[in-house]
Amino acid sequence: MTWSSFLNSSGPKILQILAVLVIFFGFYGIAFAAGARLQGKKQNVLALSLFLVPALILAMTGLGIPAVQTFIESFKNADSSKWVGFANYTRAFKDPDILLAFRNTMLWIIISPVVVTVLGLGLATMLNKMKREALAKSLIFMPMAISFVGGSLIWNLMYQYQEPNMNQTGLVGQIMKSLGIPLQHLLLWSPWNNLFLMAVYIWGTTGFGMVILSAAIKNIPQDIEEAAQLDGASGFTLFRTVTVPMVKTTIIVVLTTAMVGTLKLFDVIHTMTGGNFKTDVLSNRMFDEHFVYLNNGRGSTLAILIFLGVLPITYYNIRSLRAERKH
Amino acid sequence: MATLKLKKNKPLVAPSGTKPFTSPIASAIVTVIALLWTVPTLGLVVTSFRTKEEILSSGWWTSFTNPSFTLENFRTVLLTGGGSLGSEGMIPFAVNSLAITIPAVVLSVGFGLMAAYALAWIPFRFSNHVFYGLFALQGVPLQLSLLPLLTFFATGVQIGGHQILPPLGIVGTLAAVWFPHVMFGLPLVTYLLHNFVSALPRELLEAARVDGANHFEVFRKIVLPLSLPAVASIAIFQFLWIWNDLLVALVFAGGTDDVAPLTLHLANLGGSLGSKWENVAPAALFSIIIPLIVFFSLQRYFVRGLLAGSVKS
Repeated sequence: MTWSSFLNSSGPKILQILAVLVIFFGFYGIAFAAGARLQGKKQNVLALSLFLVPALILAMTGLGIPAVQTFIESFKNADSSKWVGFANYTRAFKDPDILLAFRNTMLWIIISPVVVTVLGLGLATMLNKMKREALAKSLIFMPMAISFVGGSLIWNLMYQYQEPNMNQTGLVGQIMKSLGIPLQHLLLWSPWNNLFLMAVYIWGTTGFGMVILSAAIKNIPQDIEEAAQLDGASGFTLFRTVTVPMVKTTIIVVLTTAMVGTLKLFDVIHTMTGGNFKTDVLSNRMFDEHFVYLNNGRGSTLAILIFLGVLPITYYNIRSLRAERKH
Repeated sequence: MATLKLKKNKPLVAPSGTKPFTSPIASAIVTVIALLWTVPTLGLVVTSFRTKEEILSSGWWTSFTNPSFTLENFRTVLLTGGGSLGSEGMIPFAVNSLAITIPAVVLSVGFGLMAAYALAWIPFRFSNHVFYGLFALQGVPLQLSLLPLLTFFATGVQIGGHQILPPLGIVGTLAAVWFPHVMFGLPLVTYLLHNFVSALPRELLEAARVDGANHFEVFRKIVLPLSLPAVASIAIFQFLWIWNDLLVALVFAGGTDDVAPLTLHLANLGGSLGSKWENVAPAALFSIIIPLIVFFSLQRYFVRGLLAGSVKS
């Protein structure tokens, strides 16, 4: 690539970035200058309409209204031209492919959030006040910055398969070979391949759980811990009777966040197996129904089912938020 | 010396904050996990510097005992391109990623901060309802809105054959990708910033109001400067989120390489090139380098943003 071809293809895009920034800051710059002169009720109305209304319109057109549309379309056929009642829903619970996606999604929701939380809590506890705490934390936290696409490729490299008589190029294969375990095409090996995919998610998310739980642990008042120690608690007893109860709320936050994350997880499946080899999950299946099979009705139905899965968690979070606001 | 040291380390009272697990076993476990979390990435880094022949014939770890590295892969991926990489390599896709991420971050954080201020400090009827409504939208998976939003961009709004709103005319442009990111990000961004803005000292804002400052002045002179650390944390968060996104790009970049960000191109490469690791590895490394730099240089802000969202004070 030459300098001039770079300017040709990318110049306009860089100008576009600048244009967006100039328009946004220009508009609000003028609005703030004009608004500063106003007083009284007029000023309130203008402030509300410039501060709040854009965000509300954007959130409503982006999420609110489309969600309602998707709900309606889940009762229509492939090109949304005819009503079909609950046909898409009954089919979703009969189609073996979709049932498989359900099963896998359930596995994901049960296994990965628990692993992320347990690992995160264990690490946070062990690392607390340990030497080189910051370094270990940085290393474990680092995958948070890596996209799941990048992470999937990184793990693809780990899982590479070669014939047993060849030099192994995947590290996992090499380890299996050295230990004398029969080599496998790891990503084709159902149902265990689901676990190998989960490993990517767990690798990418444990740092999140660790950092949040670590902050919570550091917030435990020193005297409580000391009192327990004077009573003779130490090691695992201290962990079980003081640490866990004191960070219970945070444990639930990590667990629910990871649950919502796994319910919506798409990138890992799409990049690593494309949902083949019996690894399909709901959100990948939803994408395929919409954009591969072009079936609007079925895709919308799966989206609604994902939403119904997230709903109890959202409800729970709103309730605890309300309780907290009342305090 | 040894006894002296021992005495020094042995305080009279119970040591404040003895850790529940402090044994060599704990250190060993932590070390193993930290290694386990680093090795896969290291494998990618090493692989991207190996020649095609080496990658095919031996594992990347053998390079430590038998080192021979090349920069050729990076030259192909960044400069000359070729094959599925596209004729110009990865740089145009990095520009796309920037052109999607920067507007999306600035607009979502900008609109979010103003909305957070309005919800926290401008009293109006239904203020609480609006707040909970916006909060609830966080619970709507963006999966629900992909297709309707795409249709809205392409055909506008039609009711009963009547065109209510014209097509937005942004399909196939960068705006079609960053605009959804702004919309999807707003509920969470507003919520997080609201947590911060609503906790600003009431006396400070009221004193300014008494002095005759109106909402515009209070926002610009007090709230904005005080919120900068929070804004920075959340902007980093959004940056990583949007830079690393695949799903939105897949749907809204509409299969055109012209506006595809790095993640999308990389996902396609991983599929189409299969085991052409001499291209995939350096391309993947290139795509994660910017988020890693952002992450390591601004880690403190990032962690603060994360905590603001999840830990209740």
